[in-house]
Amino acid sequence: MSFQDHVDIAEELTCFHCGDRVKDAGISQDDKVFCCAGCKVVYEILQQNSLYDYYSLQTSPGRSSTFARDERFAYLDDPAVARKLKDFTDGKTGTLTLHVPQMHCSSCIWLLERLYVIDRSIAQSRVDFLKKQIRIQFSEGETSVRKIVELLSSLGYEPRITLDDVEKKIPSPGSRSLYYKVGIAGFCSANIMLLSFPEYLSASNVESQLSALFRILNALLALPVFFYCASDFFLSAFAGLRKRVITIDVPLALGIFILFARSLYDIFTQAGPGFLDSLSGLVFFLLLGRLFQSKTYERLNFERDYKSYFPLAVTVVGDGNERVVPLSAISTGNRILLRNNEISPADAVLIKGKAFIDYSFVTGESRPVQAAPGTLVYAGGRQVGSAIELEIVKSISQSYLTQLWNDAPSTVKPGTSVSRLANTVGKYFTIVVLLLSALAAAIWLPVDPARAWNAITGILIVACPCAIALSTPFTFGTALRIFGRNGFFLKNTAVVESLARADSVVFDKTGTITHAGGESIRFVGPALTAPERAMVSALVRNSHHPLSRAIAADLGSQPSLNAEDFVEEAGHGLQALVDSVRVRIGSTAFAAGEPAKAASNDHPSAPVDTRVYLSFNGRTRGFFAVRNRYREGLAGLIDRLSAGYKLYLLSGDTEAERAHLDQRFPGRLTMRFRQSPAEKLSFVRSLQEKYQSVVMVGDGLNDAGALRQSDVGIALTEDIAAFSPACDAILEAHALPRLDLFLRFCRTCVAIVFASFALSLLYNIVGLTFAFQGVLSPLVAAVLMPLSSITIVAYTTTAVRAVARRKGMV
Amino acid sequence: MSVIVVLIGFSILVAGGFLIAFLWAVRTGQYDDRHTPSIRMLFDDTKPRHKHNQPPTNGDR
Repeated sequence: MSFQDHVDIAEELTCFHCGDRVKDAGISQDDKVFCCAGCKVVYEILQQNSLYDYYSLQTSPGRSSTFARDERFAYLDDPAVARKLKDFTDGKTGTLTLHVPQMHCSSCIWLLERLYVIDRSIAQSRVDFLKKQIRIQFSEGETSVRKIVELLSSLGYEPRITLDDVEKKIPSPGSRSLYYKVGIAGFCSANIMLLSFPEYLSASNVESQLSALFRILNALLALPVFFYCASDFFLSAFAGLRKRVITIDVPLALGIFILFARSLYDIFTQAGPGFLDSLSGLVFFLLLGRLFQSKTYERLNFERDYKSYFPLAVTVVGDGNERVVPLSAISTGNRILLRNNEISPADAVLIKGKAFIDYSFVTGESRPVQAAPGTLVYAGGRQVGSAIELEIVKSISQSYLTQLWNDAPSTVKPGTSVSRLANTVGKYFTIVVLLLSALAAAIWLPVDPARAWNAITGILIVACPCAIALSTPFTFGTALRIFGRNGFFLKNTAVVESLARADSVVFDKTGTITHAGGESIRFVGPALTAPERAMVSALVRNSHHPLSRAIAADLGSQPSLNAEDFVEEAGHGLQALVDSVRVRIGSTAFAAGEPAKAASNDHPSAPVDTRVYLSFNGRTRGFFAVRNRYREGLAGLIDRLSAGYKLYLLSGDTEAERAHLDQRFPGRLTMRFRQSPAEKLSFVRSLQEKYQSVVMVGDGLNDAGALRQSDVGIALTEDIAAFSPACDAILEAHALPRLDLFLRFCRTCVAIVFASFALSLLYNIVGLTFAFQGVLSPLVAAVLMPLSSITIVAYTTTAVRAVARRKGMV
Repeated sequence: MSVIVVLIGFSILVAGGFLIAFLWAVRTGQYDDRHTPSIRMLFDDTKPRHKHNQPPTNGDR
């Protein structure tokens, strides 16, 4: 379900400047079509000047005052709203970050970064292309947030300002601190390695004074590694222990701590050079793993909730005038005005006007509901047609949609990229290592206490599960990148594991396995003449029934004729006098002008398409066959998936399509119809109670609850820049037929992780034989530990890539 | 052999210089957006007309 109805363009248009596909009608200039204002401006400049000298010729001082004031943005004049939107202001200059979804090519960047030429009060504008954000620095007093937004929208880049933006959090400097840590750990480990070399090459030749200096320098260099770079491992180990869980970070933190303590002890008692090179190398590798794993798709947002769907302000009517008021200032009792395609932000009662409320994101029912004055309109309902007046009866946070959202997450999914697999293995690993060191202590303590100390610390050092901690981030991180190249974007690496565990797949019907809003329409009967098409168009344009809208869209633009005496009989059809011809459209009987009969009279033999009959002056002319378009490659996908997964289909629509679906996917799908969003959620929950691991594939807000409840919620989208509800993964619609391949690939990745565990175990056994005898030397550790890390990284990444290549995913 | 002490000190100094350069690069946000600059660098530099406006790129002429 998309926000706008898609209009099919007969031939695919491409932008004259950049060659991208043009959506909708594009922008025309000199018989050429452009995809965006940016391309058009660049074209015009080239046309006029034959060069890029934009500044000397294109500047139009004072142009900002000529921009049409747009009352839709009046709420931005509200100081509270403006202040919340700004990132920073000191009274003289302010900065503002806006989300501009329209930017899509380099021309857009070019134009948007030259706003200061068009409006002199803008000092600087910087685009972050992947995030589709623009950061504008402007001088306060000379311009305002509203003027900037108006300027952008007049250029064709209307920023999307939602409730989310006002309540936005400051972007966390998380990734920056990881860069700092990697940089410092890399610096320290390289220097420590250099300073440790003399010890290993020939310890006897190094003068003892120099050797002492090197050791002290090493200890100093190891301090930032231990206290700063490795701090995350200690913190997460403590957090785990407090919750009484042994995560993979517990043995890691233990290993790092023992390495550090033993090394300092060795250095200051002059017993040896210590293991500081192993320590810093280990921390450096682990941080690199975290960096590799932290790959995120910044242009995608996996956390959208209702706030991203709601407008920031609504028009309030009262005392005979209209005001645009920010949503935060709306309270019960306010009267609001909803224009065509606007969303009601709270539950409200219809006061005035002809309401057709489209609840498609709330309930999944694609047919708009007609409401008479006095009926309750739920939040999230979108008005289709003329403007209506509503009175708010519930506050925004207590409305139906909001509540649905707030109730949905009963289970908390692992939000971070902590790998369950590594944690499970890490738990047993810790126990085994502790047992082993206890055993070593029991054997050596009575015989040789000094050696016992060496053996215990040696075991804890060499058994530090860095290979295990590295194998999941590198395996799943590589898988994440390969999926991204195939149009499947995962929120984090933990999703790969959840996908591998899944045994059930639940599909949503409308918009997921069928094309959103894309019915195929065919007229059966003698072809309609041009005047006839105009007459039908004039009739159906008066109705908001989805079939009427589909037919109207299919007919395209037609000369407008007057439809008089328009009558719509719910469930039967429409009629009107157009050019003194009585046009009737609807069921067979209705079109023929017979009295309405029971609905069973419709075609039980042909449920595949919906037929809409047409008659002129009582003479049946033929019918429009309207049919849901299913996505290509579905039959094959269902067929392949049914071999290993339980498949379900949920639909908010009626059972009209059941027979057709049965015919298409015989016995493969368990189907449920007339499912409300809450029922979809509870259906997923009921599967989980039967210990099924559920992947839910959906698209709209009506699936949002089920997407959150499921083990992996996959949002299907035609355009990844468009809205998608909160989910764990976003799948491009064209990649849907390959879903089975993706699921199986995840299972292969888990197998690769297990193989790498076995590999690291081999290294551990070698190391442990040294350690157990209490003869683990710093040199052995310095060779063994980085070697095992490098082996694991090389093995996992090449294995995942090799599998991907064999499956045709690279 | 005492020359080694000088050399070690010097090498750590040089490496430290690179570390500081890296930390500076992260701090000034050069690792925040690693895609847009690759497009931006392809645009021709043009001479800004208004002195008081900062151009998006540090003008080199």
